[in-house]
Amino acid sequence: MDAVFLARLQFALTIAFHYIFPTINIGLGLILVLMEGMYLKTRNPLYLRMTQFWVKVFGLCFAIGVATGIVMEFQFGTNWAHYSRYVGDVFGSALAAEGIFAFFLESGFLALLLFGWNKVSPRMHFFSTLMVCSGAHFSAIWIIVANSWQQTPDGFKLQQINGMTRAVTDDFWAVVFNPSMLPRLTHAVLGCWQAGACLVFSVSAYYLLRKRHVEFARASIRIAMIVGIAASLLQLATGHYHAMVVAEHQPAKLAAFEGHFAENAAAPLYLWGWVDEDQQEVRFGMALPGMLSLLVHGDASKPVVGLNAFAEEDRPPVNIVFQAYHLMVAVGMALIALNCINVVLLLLGRLWETRIWLWALVFSVLLPQIASQTGWIAAEVGRQPWAVYGLLRTADSVSETVMAGEILTSMIMFGVVYALLFVMFIYLLNEKIQHGPNEAESDTGGHRA
Amino acid sequence: MSFLVFDLNTIWFFLVGVLFTGYAMLDGFDLGAGILHLLPKPDRDRRVILNAIGPVWDGNEVWLVTGGGALFAAFPMVYATVFSGFYLAFMLLLIMLIFRAVAIEFRSKRESQSWRRAWDVAFFVSSLVSSLLIGVAMGNIACGIPLSGPPAYTYLGSFLSLLRPYPVIIGLLTVALFGMHGGIYLVMKTEGELHDLIRGWIRHAIIFFIVMFGIATLATLLYVEHMSARLKEFPELFIVPLLLVLAIANIPREYVHGRDFHAFLSSCAAMILLMMLFAMGMYPNMVVSLPDPENSLTIYNASSSEGTLKTMLIIALIGMPLVLSYTVSIYWVFRGKVKLEEHSY
Repeated sequence: MDAVFLARLQFALTIAFHYIFPTINIGLGLILVLMEGMYLKTRNPLYLRMTQFWVKVFGLCFAIGVATGIVMEFQFGTNWAHYSRYVGDVFGSALAAEGIFAFFLESGFLALLLFGWNKVSPRMHFFSTLMVCSGAHFSAIWIIVANSWQQTPDGFKLQQINGMTRAVTDDFWAVVFNPSMLPRLTHAVLGCWQAGACLVFSVSAYYLLRKRHVEFARASIRIAMIVGIAASLLQLATGHYHAMVVAEHQPAKLAAFEGHFAENAAAPLYLWGWVDEDQQEVRFGMALPGMLSLLVHGDASKPVVGLNAFAEEDRPPVNIVFQAYHLMVAVGMALIALNCINVVLLLLGRLWETRIWLWALVFSVLLPQIASQTGWIAAEVGRQPWAVYGLLRTADSVSETVMAGEILTSMIMFGVVYALLFVMFIYLLNEKIQHGPNEAESDTGGHRA
Repeated sequence: MSFLVFDLNTIWFFLVGVLFTGYAMLDGFDLGAGILHLLPKPDRDRRVILNAIGPVWDGNEVWLVTGGGALFAAFPMVYATVFSGFYLAFMLLLIMLIFRAVAIEFRSKRESQSWRRAWDVAFFVSSLVSSLLIGVAMGNIACGIPLSGPPAYTYLGSFLSLLRPYPVIIGLLTVALFGMHGGIYLVMKTEGELHDLIRGWIRHAIIFFIVMFGIATLATLLYVEHMSARLKEFPELFIVPLLLVLAIANIPREYVHGRDFHAFLSSCAAMILLMMLFAMGMYPNMVVSLPDPENSLTIYNASSSEGTLKTMLIIALIGMPLVLSYTVSIYWVFRGKVKLEEHSY
């Protein structure tokens, strides 16, 4: 195995594992703001108990998010030294801004969120929740600025410095608002909101099935439903908007999404299929003829740029991108259905009794996680062979001095540690769930009112 | 004074220094608390130690993350060379930091004695090894490492060549410094028997630190001459080591009089002055290259463009006052002795 492949694999594993936790925290952060806001408005102790329980879950995810996030901050330097030298001027700024504007805010106020119940007033505590939620979202903004710049670089110029070509910021705001930044940000953040909502559905539905903490569970589901239905429906719009930007700026990626090879032909949209990269065709597929052309150009007969328009060394791997993309879309549709069914059952007054549906909700926590992971696989593998689209190849980005054996060694270390972390995360999450929220008697114990 | 040019590169050298000094002062005490963690045996005492740092440790670690980000943005060549060059050492540090975070979070989640003991050991080992590795890295950067020169300035040594005597001395100095600093912090945050117990140990920690400081000073003067060259050239700068010695001498003085907070401030001052001494020795170098000093990474050949340094300066000027204001507020809210309660670790 060569060093480039190992470095990519290590990045993929560490980022995929890390990304489980910020998705939950961004979504749950918003839900906590709603819950505690309801408490301040109504002073109903039920909402206080809800906030206190979900804050504990938030804290657990946050700790693992921080621990695995530090690795991400330094991995560009350790494994991608050439990349860091080449784009540090542009890319490093976004990471530094994330630290200054997001991490300090989030970690600082988290202290009050977790340990400040008896030290600050309810209003101040609510303000802390708001700041933690904002910090989580700011962090999403800056990291997505950085990633989007890799996808659709803008606002830079190339300069020769000490015999090395480097990308240098020319227009900071053009770097920040590069073409794919807003669609990617909205799309990813809505994915996070769904992750938060489904976690709340899952745990609460479990309580309802076990007939424990019934009132707590119902109120939690109601609040998460608002976030869930809004996010899943809006996701249709951001998904389309995002795909349009990919079509315009990264046509090779769009062609890989749909396994579209023909250079100049109207393109179908596949519901599913298997891409045979040698024969350049999609097998066992279910196609809607002309649908991709229609979505991209508003005309089913207009041609869409196919993979054959690109030199072979400039094409991404096709089948893995196709599969990841289609799985993401399918799960996204399932999430819309799930949230709509939730609303319908609630309106019919049957949400709390339909046991089979509650079981479905218990497992719903997996859906946004699958969609987020496959969405990023489609976005990142679809960007290949480029680290920065059209500018710097992934193969040229690695650290010159780091040997394959060293990467393998550190990857095994991370593999073992992350596996252990995951087992413990699930174990402790389960403990928290089994312990459940505080019961009504201890309501007064929380706040210095 | 002519030893300093006030250009953007120097300002960023200073700002990166401020972030790493902030990291040393803040995470230094919670790493130090980890180094001392196994000394008390009762479970309750260990919980007190964890809860003394509980609300603030992850905020403290953000100084490292932001320092890394600032280094990436302002001096990408240094970021790339140091982290890829010290690859295995750095991966080990990252693993240790993960273990620390998780140990703090997981330790008190179960009643089981063996569970808690295992995490206590993990917290101690990860704190100790993290402190040691940070010091060894600083020592290597100070005494010089072989670099390839332009355009990439890559590190030419190996993992084992990082463990030379001088960097190891600086590593041990860092362990001693953090141990003492953490001990003084814990004395401030505890009461009763545990308080008296910790007061007993930090006497040893202070002695250990002063001995290590003497050894490190001697080693620097004898073997790493470039670190004191600027002091020889500009004798007026002798005020910095002078103040450093006074700050260090003041630590046992305040300690004897039981003025814990003043002792802590002295320890913070000593850290700031140590970092200043380090920065004065390095400037304008960021990584000294040996045996070919002309291959050194400096604040000029390693920096980002002027435009980026300017933009980042604006970001820092907006962001840092905010960061300082809520850092101070949060330490204020959690001032005073630790009380275990329902939401504690």
